[in-house]
Amino acid sequence: MTAETANARRKRALDAMASMPANMLSDLYKENTAGAPGAIAVRGPEIGAIMLRGRIGGGGAPFNLGEASVTRATVRLDSGELGHSIVLGRDADKARMIAHLDALRQLPDWIGRVEKAIVEPALEHARAEAKLQAEETEATRVDFFTMVRGED
Amino acid sequence: MYVAVKGGEAAIANAHRLLADRRRGDRDVPALTLEQITGQLALAVDRVMAEGSLYDPDLAAMAVRQSRGDMIEAIFLLRAYRTTLARFGNSRPIDTAKMRIERRVSATYKDIPGGQLLGPTFDYTHRLIDPAMAGDEPVDEPLRRAREDERRAPRVTDILNDEGLIERDVLSDEEPGDLTRDPTAFPADRDVRLQALARGDEGFLLSLGYSTQRGYGRTHPFVGEIRIGLVDVEIDVPELGFAVSLGQVRVTECQMVSQFTGGGEEGAKFTRGYGLVFGQSERKAMAMSLVDRALRADEFDEQRLAPAQDEEFVLAHCDNVQATGFVEHLKLPHYVDFQAELDLLRTLNTAKAKNDEMREAAE
Repeated sequence: MTAETANARRKRALDAMASMPANMLSDLYKENTAGAPGAIAVRGPEIGAIMLRGRIGGGGAPFNLGEASVTRATVRLDSGELGHSIVLGRDADKARMIAHLDALRQLPDWIGRVEKAIVEPALEHARAEAKLQAEETEATRVDFFTMVRGED
Repeated sequence: MYVAVKGGEAAIANAHRLLADRRRGDRDVPALTLEQITGQLALAVDRVMAEGSLYDPDLAAMAVRQSRGDMIEAIFLLRAYRTTLARFGNSRPIDTAKMRIERRVSATYKDIPGGQLLGPTFDYTHRLIDPAMAGDEPVDEPLRRAREDERRAPRVTDILNDEGLIERDVLSDEEPGDLTRDPTAFPADRDVRLQALARGDEGFLLSLGYSTQRGYGRTHPFVGEIRIGLVDVEIDVPELGFAVSLGQVRVTECQMVSQFTGGGEEGAKFTRGYGLVFGQSERKAMAMSLVDRALRADEFDEQRLAPAQDEEFVLAHCDNVQATGFVEHLKLPHYVDFQAELDLLRTLNTAKAKNDEMREAAE
């Protein structure tokens, strides 16, 4: 795997886990990480904020829209792998679990398991949620029709 | 002589205890949960996040509960909390073209690509109080309809741009100003104005927007598009060397298409006002876009005559936390100031009485 694809896979995993509801992540984490190499905290988990930006007109220069609370964490496995996470909200456990899973993903013995047991369900959950929301919205689509009045 | 006044301590403590009691209300009635507030008073939570300028639904719900539903008090609480957070960085600008759309309407194009999606709107309701709201009657699940494909919903401004009939966005990655870090200087750039409007008071902006429609800075607007939905928030993480998504936030965007300008080399074009607000907040996004457009008067050589066109007036007064602080401070003890004014008044009147006496004696 090239570094680029490795980074892309890592991003895919981090993105998916960040969007997962905390209780779902917590359940899957507990089920799947028993016996996993432990991690020590390097930084955090710590709660802070990021400035969320938009673009003027939607596609112009950036402007500061307002802040959002976030939590970030960095952990290290005994074998040295560093795991990082940053997620919206103030959930220290969620940030710590994701950082741990990000570190575990770097171990050849664990990457498959993290992908299969956590990342795939997270993606599936996100897809299902997006589908439900899209279909509910779709039901409110206006189907215009034209009344023909008079002759020709 | 200055006399320090003490003795309020016990009264204050007791008042706060009384406040806690009144906030809780009848103990036989279950307390509100955060899930109830975020779930059933979602638009109140959205407003507190937008004007509190911090996206965090749970915190906003706590603020609404703590403030007994006083929105400006709740906004104040969230703003105060915001100041305690370390800033970890700036997000990449959100891409509203990739929004997961929950509502999207255009008043300018009936057959806009991607269609008109009404979503959960108050529009077309009869504004009659529903007796069912007094109870807890079962509510139907929403209908679902399969989507034929991943229909793209381009921003309406991108559609008009194909014909060159509307002013274009000029994409750049210039570092924007930040009014939370630097004092606002006038004239302010549009990025700073939009930041101020995004956290500005909905009522104030609504009235200003309304005033432009009534002739105080006429802009003759059309709603090009309103869209509400979820967007990804991404941030560059230096430790990783790439950007990751932190999750999604709900925003409302309004593209106001306004009277045209020009006729020069480029030909006449519609101008635009822009609104972008946290949460589902259509009225605020519309008001923001009207005021944004009005504040661009100089760009289009329009005379600045109306309040909505006066950026110093708008930016200095649209923040309800600042406004409430200055108005509400008037109720705090001003005993010494007032005593000084009283003394001055008495002195003036004594002097006048003496003058009058002397004049009478002279006559």
